[in-house]
Amino acid sequence: MQPYLDFEKPIAELEGKLIELKRLASDDSGVDIAEEVTRLETKAAGLLRETYAKLTPWQKTLVARHPNRPHFTDYVRILIEDFTPLAGDRAYGEDHAIIGGLGRFHGRSVFVIGHEKGNDTKTRLKHNFGMAQPEGYRKAVRLMSLAERFRLPVITLVDTAGAYPGLASEERGVAEAIARSTEKCLTLTVPLISLIIGEGGSGGAVALATANRVFMLEHSTYSVISPEGCASILWHSSEKAQDAAAAMKMTAQDLLGLKVIDAIIPEPLGGAHREPESVVRAAGAVIENALGEFDTMTPDEIRRQRREKFLAIGRMVPPGG
Amino acid sequence: MSDKPTKGTSEGAINWITNFVRPKIKGFFNARETPENLWRKCANCGEMIFHRDLLAAQNVCPSCDHHMRIGPKERFAALFDDTYEELHAPEAPADPLKFRDERRYTERLKDARTKTGAVDAMQAAKGRIDGEDAVVVVQNFAFMGGSLGMGAGEAFVSAARLAVAQHLPLVMITASGGARMQEGILSLMQMPRTTVAVEELREAGLPYIVVLTDPTSGGVTASYAMLGDIQLAEPGAMIAFSGPRVIENTIREKLPEGFQRAEYLLAHGMIDAVVHRHKLKETLGRMIRLLMKPLPIDPAKTNGSGGIVPVKDAALMPVPPEEE
Ligand SMILES: [Zn+2]
Repeated sequence: MQPYLDFEKPIAELEGKLIELKRLASDDSGVDIAEEVTRLETKAAGLLRETYAKLTPWQKTLVARHPNRPHFTDYVRILIEDFTPLAGDRAYGEDHAIIGGLGRFHGRSVFVIGHEKGNDTKTRLKHNFGMAQPEGYRKAVRLMSLAERFRLPVITLVDTAGAYPGLASEERGVAEAIARSTEKCLTLTVPLISLIIGEGGSGGAVALATANRVFMLEHSTYSVISPEGCASILWHSSEKAQDAAAAMKMTAQDLLGLKVIDAIIPEPLGGAHREPESVVRAAGAVIENALGEFDTMTPDEIRRQRREKFLAIGRMVPPGG
Repeated sequence: MSDKPTKGTSEGAINWITNFVRPKIKGFFNARETPENLWRKCANCGEMIFHRDLLAAQNVCPSCDHHMRIGPKERFAALFDDTYEELHAPEAPADPLKFRDERRYTERLKDARTKTGAVDAMQAAKGRIDGEDAVVVVQNFAFMGGSLGMGAGEAFVSAARLAVAQHLPLVMITASGGARMQEGILSLMQMPRTTVAVEELREAGLPYIVVLTDPTSGGVTASYAMLGDIQLAEPGAMIAFSGPRVIENTIREKLPEGFQRAEYLLAHGMIDAVVHRHKLKETLGRMIRLLMKPLPIDPAKTNGSGGIVPVKDAALMPVPPEEE
């Protein structure tokens, strides 16, 4: 059964009725329910369309965090052949919050690196809810160095609430690890394409998303701090998270308007979690196109394009946003 | 100037500092100032210090050595030999998100400008440190918690570019609660933007020296503040990514003594040295000389070879005589 978000309650009720109705009909085949089913289905679809057409920034935050949203592992399963995970930072440990490896994307060898949140209690714990420690970022740096050495493109999939705020994580220099990962992104002379597939949380996201092309899924978010964190600092109450989400301009649509990202990947009606396969394939097509754009560029041009792109951010913001 | 009580200065930043710092350290200037403003109380040891003595001591408490927070003006005065040239604050879009929390961002910005007399939280200048030319960038914690926004990011980029253009080292003195939330994603984007500037310094072969001062946290720590060729810190400086309270909430246990202080980072291999403020100028000067002038400086000591030691004098082992 589909987990529903709070604001989807009316949709949940309709869809619940539909399931109930169909179950009754199968128990007692004498009842003709076709007309009622059609009526409810139309109504549910209409409500879904209406709701998702005007999601607030806070609602988008919830959709971006939806437990059934396709995660890193789903993208790799659907898009990458021969995926070969490569573990460890060669200094301290293996961080399962960031997965990385070699694989074949639409025929070409690539490195894929990204956050994995997990999708049930066991995997969530294993992947630490997608909140990486220094080792995750140092592994990313190591894999990007390999990509550079073998001249393979890098695809990063960003989905994190942020780096893990833990004691050991701080002791081992998580800030330094993030800084080095961002720096590594900026030194690459191979194409780096980044997708924000769920939550783009703060420095922990930037560390993988300093890319030649940055795309966001329609209902994903990307922000300097979580709305809850922002609200508790500026409004002195985490209950103002809805206001903070709106004020920070953190939706894909906001970021496209601010020219921070290159394009938005549309999601199926009702969010990516309703049709994971189709949204992942759509994302694949976008990555394929983006990689193609760099085929004729020299290594130096590829690096320069990335740096100039980031230097230009903000300078191009229209007055008043 | 920036020696005012720090209460309220952190409003702009992702700043956990005000929320967690123990009362003992909080404030750094519990400015129980006399009407004449002549005495300052050290927030660490409680000692009353005469303002001229404090100034002479570069705002280091004469009795307990506590390093108080200082702003760009005091820092430039302490580091540069004599005169220095302040760089103009570069243009940056104002309030691109039309941000408003309990107050308008534009009002907070105006207040900070009135209070500090600065345009934003980062100020750069060019001058001589112990005889060595350098560009120095100082973050001003008194300006909205030293928060990193578009103005500060642009100031960093233009200072680094001046250093590259004039072939000078860049010294970065950090002090920041982190990103400026009121500029949202555009604040976050200063992390890669400033990193591009660091890369330009690296490619020009120029030293980038970071001095971490109290406090440095959040997105600042996770970008240019941790990318120095050499990483120094002032004694007792609080240096963090996530603040202690956030961490305590996550791990649900008490943090060790001295956690996230300069000395703790040194012990954990995260920085090169902890340097007393009174030694900072000579330390920076020496490092810049070592990196920028690698050949022997005094020709008298070089056998007149222009700094190149002849190979015959450098032989390590005597060559055994050849036997018939
Ligand atoms: Zn004292």
